[in-house]
Amino acid sequence: MARRPVPPEIRRRRMLMSVANHSVAIALSIAFLVPFAFILVTALMTNQQALSTDYWPHPFKWSNFSEVFHAFPFLRYTLNSFTYAVLATVGVVLSCVPVAYALSRLRWRGRQTAFLLVLSTLMLPPQVTIVPLYVIFVRLHWIGSLKPLIIPLFFGDAFSIFLLRQFFMTIPQELSDAARVDGASELQILTRVIVPLAKPAIAAVALFQFLYSWNDFFSPLLYAGNSPESWTLAVALTQLTTLSRGVLWNLQMAGALLFTIPVLIIFFFAQKVFVEGVTLTGVKG
Amino acid sequence: MATVAERGATAPEQARAAVRRRHRRRAAWRRQWVALAFMSPWIIGFGAFYVYPMAASLFFSFTRYDILSQPEWVGLDNYKFMFTGDALFWPAVRNTMWMIAFLVPLQVIFAIGAATVLTRVKRGLPVYRTIFFLPTMVPLVAAALGFVFLLNPAGPVNRLLRLLHLPDPLWFYDPAWTKPGLLLLGLWMVGQTMILFLAALLDVPKQLYEAAAIEGASPWQRFRHVTLPMISPVIFFAVVIGVIHGFQYFTEAFVVSGSGDSTGLDHPIGYPQDSLRFFSSHLYQQGFEGFHMGYAAALSWVMFVVIMACTIALIRTSRRWVHYQGGFR
Repeated sequence: MARRPVPPEIRRRRMLMSVANHSVAIALSIAFLVPFAFILVTALMTNQQALSTDYWPHPFKWSNFSEVFHAFPFLRYTLNSFTYAVLATVGVVLSCVPVAYALSRLRWRGRQTAFLLVLSTLMLPPQVTIVPLYVIFVRLHWIGSLKPLIIPLFFGDAFSIFLLRQFFMTIPQELSDAARVDGASELQILTRVIVPLAKPAIAAVALFQFLYSWNDFFSPLLYAGNSPESWTLAVALTQLTTLSRGVLWNLQMAGALLFTIPVLIIFFFAQKVFVEGVTLTGVKG
Repeated sequence: MATVAERGATAPEQARAAVRRRHRRRAAWRRQWVALAFMSPWIIGFGAFYVYPMAASLFFSFTRYDILSQPEWVGLDNYKFMFTGDALFWPAVRNTMWMIAFLVPLQVIFAIGAATVLTRVKRGLPVYRTIFFLPTMVPLVAAALGFVFLLNPAGPVNRLLRLLHLPDPLWFYDPAWTKPGLLLLGLWMVGQTMILFLAALLDVPKQLYEAAAIEGASPWQRFRHVTLPMISPVIFFAVVIGVIHGFQYFTEAFVVSGSGDSTGLDHPIGYPQDSLRFFSSHLYQQGFEGFHMGYAAALSWVMFVVIMACTIALIRTSRRWVHYQGGFR
């Protein structure tokens, strides 16, 4: 199809519009990025400089990033955060895949009710259950450890069940039927047919749970807040001022960046998984 | 399931049908057990982490309980104290309402604005989208700490404001400016909502805009009568989620209040002057700093009921302003 040439004045108008749009987009980009820039620059300053009116670090103190580990038990906190995030992810995947399978691909009595109950727990504000849960964990002597954060996730998580169920529903039923005719058990169908096909959804669930646990503040504060050896990075970062008996902006910003960097790395490598998960459910965990 | 055909069948056929039925019933039972086995992690979790705690928390809310001694039944005392005796309850409610009233609309407007900008740039969209979304990825604690630094009285934002001869408030040290400071943080982290609006905006059929343009609609009229109705389901979703999260607003306020000052002293919940005491902060302090578990449970039930009421009210009004494509709802 031959296109008619665009008249010059329309082309000029389009050009102006495009310049205007990009200017607004660039202005917004700057607004979104400036906080990162200030935090990074401060993380590279000496403490005196961080408290002064300087805008540029002189000298660049890259050692701040290692100093955080010397000034505070930062390695311990990092390990705790990793332990929480990794084990929580394992627990959620192991417990939610079979539940989602039963809710989407098996016919049984009570399935609809069970699914509605899963959804209703998704809506429940966590504050309603924390008082008795805290009491339970006190009785079990779990307070002060990471156990109250991790172990419940081995018993299903509503958001992950929902996401997986939505994905399992889209897999054609004929695949399961064919496997059933061949004499496969339901467990075999789940592990050999469904799981390989549902890898993107499982990856999304794992990713969301890892990030959720890594970022989580309320539960670690509640259950481990009083025992510094169990602090995660999120809890520890809020205590640095108290620990150092004064503000150390440079080290605090370096710590905040160290806490953020794994998340950003995951984000850049797994953007696609992320977008798929978001579009599948409309929400992030 | 005796069908019409079976009724006229001979005895051996009937026997065979009975066997088949028994087989089918046994298979159904097997399926039921298999399904329950697959469901078992959730069934245990549901009982242990939802059913029992909810019942227990309702019970605790009518007791005085400090974990160490047995709960002591006090009837409605906790609820009476909440509404009439607790001097910090109403400030917490007011602060929470303030935050919801400003943060939710501002976030929705800002997200629609940012998403609209994204729909209008042809080249470089992925780069802009990533930049706009990036702050959302920052862990909340790190972001809040970053803003404590950015907005500290001698910090970069105030230096910039002074340079422009604008007023430089004390932000997180001035009770009048703490919540506006948190609004800035909330707007910076708007990426999630923005992505949903971007998808919704790109979904609006082009023909609708063309038809509106032919009828001579101005850009504002096109936005008001085409775009807004078409993205109203996402607005509704964002408002509901925003309100629910608003009632649970905790982490940002806790980090900002508690991040301490240059003397290394810890600040109490709600610092300064309870301007950052939100409903959840109050509940946290009552339950897990003061160990008034009964009172904290009562607070949590009031919160739950209010959230439910607000959600139901929003759903009720939504029938008037949310437009679902191709459906009568």
